[in-house]
Amino acid sequence: MALNTQESEFQIIRDEDKCIACKVCVRQCANDAHVYDVDDERVHSQDVKCVNCHRCVSVCPTKALAIKKAPLEFRENTNWTSSAIKNIIKQADTGGVVLVGMGFDQSKAIYWDKILLNAAQVTNPSIDPLREPMELKTLIGKKPDRVKFERVDGKLHAKTKLSPQLELATPIMFSAMSYGSISLNAQKSLARAACEAGTYWNTGEGGLHKDLREYAHRAIVQVASGRFGVNAEYLNSAAAVEIKIGQGAKPGIGGHLPGEKVSREISRTRMIPEGTDAISPAPHHDIYSIEDLKQLIYGIKEATRYKKPVFVKIAAVHNVAPIASGIVRAGADAVVLDGLLGGTGAAPAAIRNNVGIPIELAVSAVDTRLREEGIRNQASIIAAGGFRSSGDITKAIALGADAVYIGTSALISLGCHVCQKCYTGKCNWGIATQDPYLTKRLNPDIGNRRAANLIRGWSMEIKEMLGGMGINAIDSLRGNREHLRGINMYEHELEILGIKAAGMAW
Amino acid sequence: MKRIWINEEYCIGCRLCEVHCIVAHSKSKKILKAFKDEAVRACAAVSVEEHGYISFALQCRHCKDAPCLAACMTGAMSRDPNTGAVLHDEEKCVGCWMCVMVCPFGVTKPDHGKHKIASKCDLCDGKPACVEHCPNEALVYEDRDETSGK
Repeated sequence: MALNTQESEFQIIRDEDKCIACKVCVRQCANDAHVYDVDDERVHSQDVKCVNCHRCVSVCPTKALAIKKAPLEFRENTNWTSSAIKNIIKQADTGGVVLVGMGFDQSKAIYWDKILLNAAQVTNPSIDPLREPMELKTLIGKKPDRVKFERVDGKLHAKTKLSPQLELATPIMFSAMSYGSISLNAQKSLARAACEAGTYWNTGEGGLHKDLREYAHRAIVQVASGRFGVNAEYLNSAAAVEIKIGQGAKPGIGGHLPGEKVSREISRTRMIPEGTDAISPAPHHDIYSIEDLKQLIYGIKEATRYKKPVFVKIAAVHNVAPIASGIVRAGADAVVLDGLLGGTGAAPAAIRNNVGIPIELAVSAVDTRLREEGIRNQASIIAAGGFRSSGDITKAIALGADAVYIGTSALISLGCHVCQKCYTGKCNWGIATQDPYLTKRLNPDIGNRRAANLIRGWSMEIKEMLGGMGINAIDSLRGNREHLRGINMYEHELEILGIKAAGMAW
Repeated sequence: MKRIWINEEYCIGCRLCEVHCIVAHSKSKKILKAFKDEAVRACAAVSVEEHGYISFALQCRHCKDAPCLAACMTGAMSRDPNTGAVLHDEEKCVGCWMCVMVCPFGVTKPDHGKHKIASKCDLCDGKPACVEHCPNEALVYEDRDETSGK
């Protein structure tokens, strides 16, 4: 056997003065990083198996554990970084593709940190959201070019027929995460939180499990290239339908749920045989043009009697603006843009780290393009991909988004510690796994509460920021880029974002 | 009466309930002292039953019609008139272990060293440590309508 040169990434520090050998860490680590030695009645750690998910740290009753970056370092080299070297070693060992979970983890292009919000001073008053009404209600869907009214018996009635709309109490929705990629308990937590918070959750492409049908009125159901679980009942039970063309973490790449995760319940929900790989092709095999997309959009609209808004989700790529324009012209009620930092359960590192463009640029490019073409009212823009805080969301709305999708932050609220090992199926937090030993670790009563708390907290913060700017409705911020200023940016970046440099007045 | 209800669907088998039961019934009530310094460690009155991935923490059910009360010959087992809990008085216990024999749940455990009852859930004076420290709310302490079967 050849020498294995894959070294541990983390070091488990156990304070022996505090360890009571209760073995809770041993029982809770799905990676077997903790082992109890019966002979010396002590718990030992195997650093090489640790993924730094903090499960053991969180459950340890005496707080005897800590996880550190392994002290072993390569010789410093700007080009040959340790992750580059480690990936080559891994591939030399296996000959495979390096897989990763979650979104891109490098800070190459986070424009949110370079954008600053405005506040009202002297010449216009700021508003205190605790004392005065503040509106976050958001309507997603096609808006008419103009509204005509008629007078019937002295009362005004709208003559224009409105397209179906989704009414959001706050402009934050939960991103598409399928049953299969995440556990049923995780989906249930988000579904219930969405119902509680007056927003929507997304089934992802894995169908709608029968236990979640009661939350379908707050669900956006996905139709993706694998067409898993799609039927008339599925489409009609939901609030909206989303055609998924691409995903920010892996633009141009399909999906693959390994057969060992396709349990009886998943097989029934996805309508595929138990134990078979669920493969979502990279393209939709019936969509090769905007015209083909239009056929699917109208196919779905026919199937749902024109009662449900139809979204189209694409990854933010170089040509995002003209593509989005085509999508709107094809009849979509909303365009979903998933940026470079968008998450996933599994993606090749080479794709995740190199393909796509930042969501900040995509949102502004698409908003600008649709306005220029006079079709901005025909569809809502939903931004997705790496939203970390209410600040990011507020900036996205000011750049032109109608609402945002949050995925990773929603999972963090459920317990995720972003260890990026979703693809192993051994999620110690019971989220990205189908192992019955692990899925029960996520109690949907707790998950629901925590996810709803996050939405509540962020909504309050958005209200504070709006109030600070002297605005009392989220509608007045949408696309209002005068409230944004950029720092540490080149002129062309500011130009694409459509914002002025910090220090420039109106 | 308020009872400890088991939510076995979400019991993760971590056994933190056992750890905290021991702490709550230790001399010092401090986790490190209880496990590291105290010579005779109290035995947990709660224990996790496991079979495959199904697990649940079981402690005295404080039965309405408690066989241990009838079986106890010294009156060491008694019912608290206020809370309805079945309590055990070590002073009166002679270690006949009849309660161990008759308990349908196997939750009264014998202490082989002292020839007494080693552990018996006392509901921690209305604040059960196992419930308070369950990380997944798999144990709930509440008053439910027991006739509804909810």
